[in-house]
Amino acid sequence: MPAPEVVSALGVRFGAEAAPLGVTIPAASLLPAMRALRDTYGYRGYVTASAIEREAAFEVAHVVRNLDANDTLFVRVTAPKDLPEIDSLAFVYAGAEWHEREILDLFGIAFRGHPDPRRILLPDDYTGHPLRKDFAMDTPWGYRP
Amino acid sequence: MSDELPILGRPAPAAGTALDEIAEEVVRFPGGGVALLRAETLFHWAQKSSLWPLTFGLACCAIEMMATFAGRFDLDRFGVILRPTPRQADVMIIAGTVTIKMAPRIRTLYDQMAHPKWVISMGSCANSGDHYRNVYSVVPGVDHVIPVDIYVAGCPPTPEALMEGIFALQRKIMEGDRARA
Repeated sequence: MPAPEVVSALGVRFGAEAAPLGVTIPAASLLPAMRALRDTYGYRGYVTASAIEREAAFEVAHVVRNLDANDTLFVRVTAPKDLPEIDSLAFVYAGAEWHEREILDLFGIAFRGHPDPRRILLPDDYTGHPLRKDFAMDTPWGYRP
Repeated sequence: MSDELPILGRPAPAAGTALDEIAEEVVRFPGGGVALLRAETLFHWAQKSSLWPLTFGLACCAIEMMATFAGRFDLDRFGVILRPTPRQADVMIIAGTVTIKMAPRIRTLYDQMAHPKWVISMGSCANSGDHYRNVYSVVPGVDHVIPVDIYVAGCPPTPEALMEGIFALQRKIMEGDRARA
């Protein structure tokens, strides 16, 4: 469980709200909040990133870890569906680079400032983002029967 | 003189000798090491007896394929020896799920193999895509990419099933099925 004092400090400094296993951060303050988590609060390890398509917006969850305090924190940030774009963490946590490419590949969420924004799993000429709800299973593709 | 003797009263070769395998097309002359047969038959016999596969382990079927090549089942005794390069291979064993991204690589390696060449599709995924058939990244069957000679069913096929697939390919070679030229 995330440490309550970290959650409340993030709330005071960056307007974060408590959320399951962590906090939800306003997209504008994602970068300063993550820098503070890394430098001030000891969350130096980047674990993974995940994305969810909710009815209103996309939600990206970055998972960071404080090895000294044995604590894992989910930092959630939402991106509107008409312009799914959030700041990249690749220059805060180097490990985030490939996770963000995977989310770009499968969900089509763009990461501003990403050093290498290419698809990571699917072919470069693939069309569409298959984990979106509106991705049709019968999307025409060269090998479809 | 019994009915089973070939021409000229020469006794039939002992069972298990090399020419016995292709005996129905072989005419042996008495008293010497001379036999008559079609050159194609001889070539087919040589081809089926030294099938060198280029392995293409793509998923869990590769584990069963490795088991088939290892000591317990030992495909070496049928002349099936793994090759690490398409230039030396005769048969390609596609073992596993073929993704859209892998398909061009499979095609390239198949094109690099020298004629004559054959393809064994091992397992449900390579045969038809199976339960990944409609997944966004999967090719529904490797026969969309390269021509396939033998389909081995199973998920994954047992080593015995893969061996039966190889024997079926050997029978096919001996029958002279060269439709793909």
